[in-house]
Amino acid sequence: MKSKTLFDKIWDSHVVRSIENGPDVLYIDRHYIHEVTSPQAFNGLKERGIPVFRPGKTIATADHNIPTKNQHLPIKDELSRNQVEKLTENCQKYGIELYGLNHPKNGIVHVIGPELGYTLPGITIVCGDSHTSTHGAFGTIAFGIGTSEVEMVLATQCILQPKPRKMRITVDGELQKGVTSKDIIMYIISEISASGATGYFVEYCGSVIRSLSMEGRMTICNMSIEMGARGGLITPDETTFEYLRKLPAIPGIDDLKSSINEWRKLRSDSDAVFDRDLKFDAGLIKPMITYGTNPGMGMAIDDSIPLSDENGNKASSSFLKSLDYMGFKPGMKLLGHPVDYVFLGSCTNGRIEDFRAFAQVINGRKKADNITALIVPGSKKVEEQMAAEGLTELYKSAGFEVRQPGCSSCLAMNEDKIPQGKYAVSTSNRNFEGRQGPGARTLLASPFTAAAAAITGRITDPRVFINKEQKVKK
Amino acid sequence: MAKVKFDILESTCVPLPFENVDTDQIIPARFLSATSRLGFGDNLFCDWRYAKTGEKNSEFVLNNPDFSGKVLVTGKNFGSGSSREHAVWAIFDYGFRAVVSSFFADIFMNNALNNGLLPIVISDDLLKKLTTLVQNKPNTKVKIDLEKQTFTILSTGDSVKFAINPYKKDCLLKGLDDIDFLLNMKNLITGYENNKSLAK
Ligand code: SF4
Repeated sequence: MKSKTLFDKIWDSHVVRSIENGPDVLYIDRHYIHEVTSPQAFNGLKERGIPVFRPGKTIATADHNIPTKNQHLPIKDELSRNQVEKLTENCQKYGIELYGLNHPKNGIVHVIGPELGYTLPGITIVCGDSHTSTHGAFGTIAFGIGTSEVEMVLATQCILQPKPRKMRITVDGELQKGVTSKDIIMYIISEISASGATGYFVEYCGSVIRSLSMEGRMTICNMSIEMGARGGLITPDETTFEYLRKLPAIPGIDDLKSSINEWRKLRSDSDAVFDRDLKFDAGLIKPMITYGTNPGMGMAIDDSIPLSDENGNKASSSFLKSLDYMGFKPGMKLLGHPVDYVFLGSCTNGRIEDFRAFAQVINGRKKADNITALIVPGSKKVEEQMAAEGLTELYKSAGFEVRQPGCSSCLAMNEDKIPQGKYAVSTSNRNFEGRQGPGARTLLASPFTAAAAAITGRITDPRVFINKEQKVKK
Repeated sequence: MAKVKFDILESTCVPLPFENVDTDQIIPARFLSATSRLGFGDNLFCDWRYAKTGEKNSEFVLNNPDFSGKVLVTGKNFGSGSSREHAVWAIFDYGFRAVVSSFFADIFMNNALNNGLLPIVISDDLLKKLTTLVQNKPNTKVKIDLEKQTFTILSTGDSVKFAINPYKKDCLLKGLDDIDFLLNMKNLITGYENNKSLAK
């Protein structure tokens, strides 16, 4: 038999039918929905007069537009309230499990999917949100879809998709202190550009990837879409199984042990062929920061902004327009540049590990006066864990207010907007113009770097804090 | 899901020569709270189109009366970012029927095809030529023939073949609907489900 990649194996086992010269009919095991990209899909079902085909395979949450303060009160914004109400109505009408606002397990869709045991190795997951790629961390084919496709999955539990090409990204070597999974993925994106993996599904390999926790792997897979990839995935291993063993429940799995034995077989054949193969040396990666308005415009935090765009074009109107929006100049250094806001959260860095990392840098220090911080856990579970581990207290005494879960400032659909012209060091995934509010200037970075900015009020190399204890010892 | 037909389109173009135009630019998140598909065209490229005061930004191409038409000509990597189909609805609602670029983001491409908006990929060189031509002569017309898969600049005679998935082409030419197509396959899908649970 022809050798296959992990991606091929999962994909091929989900093809209901291949259409000649056309896309595959791919069966979807789990469908996640949220309030913003689902209402028009339900309207479509209504117009057709058809039910949801397999309501048990869809779960819903409210996350994108909800407030992160006073969640027990009615949502003030009428349109947002209407969307959340519509979701509730639709879930009731069609029999879909809803982890909505004020549900004890509510949270960002890509944070709760794994927490609730819905995200599993070897399955297919789609959601009307591009960061669905997050779930690939479990050895899962997971990708974002549009609303017409949400309707398609609700109606038939299948989706029409051409099979993407396959790329392998291997990261080997020794990771430096103070460098996180966020820096690894930001580094890769800065190397291959914001469109470098368009048309591909990525498999992440190598000793550095294997050494990462599930949280770290989710951060990597999450940002696959920021280099254009349909998704990214990682071979499930002991780290994956350990994460699953610790979950309170896994819906649909009675015998975890035998499932794990099955999942152990999920890996690319040793001679499987990828359409593109890239290798990176982890030792070269430093804490990263973006300087422009797409995630490909990133650099090591102590570097200078390049003098030209990725093609060496100095006068590129897109490049100059982007720097102009950011208030930066080619060749400029960013270290020491004042910052106004810090956002810790999102489906990229809103998990418990991220809050621990941020706390590690705070370590008894206080928030800088010029900083407004938005500290937003990715889910109720993360919120609870933070409290249980004493992190909420630690954040409070450093002058930070911990908000309630949601997407918040990642896309600023609610009131958590960064004002016009202000600089925000953000642990989210997109630095597009206006992403965090009209005129907002986003600098993407890791939780370490966000914490360093929060306590100094400036763009600061987090290694100053991470390595300090070590230096004292020497 | 769209049942829009597409066959031949002849139109002038609107140039938007920026690279990496992402879906947050096409339709900012704060306009995503609607629960219907209609009316998004009013907020297409909102933060470029209007000043903070709400006045029209006269420098932006959609506010320039010299340019109009059903074809948007834009830079590389158009439609990157969020999966929001609202971006396609906004472009379509505004009146565009085709977008021309040298490179599109994947999800945008699918969303466009699912809504009868034709994404056409041409070479970087031709894109440059077309953009300059349109900027200098706003009455430059192009012709798109989906059946033949040709894209032609009428004044210069430049004509190229563009690629499109044959299944999608057929859907657009006939105005077929993907969901009807899958609904007719229910038995096959159920069969797959049964097989799979047996295999477990
Ligand atoms: S946190 Fe941001 S990227 Fe993640 S699902 Fe929410 S809006 Fe999308």
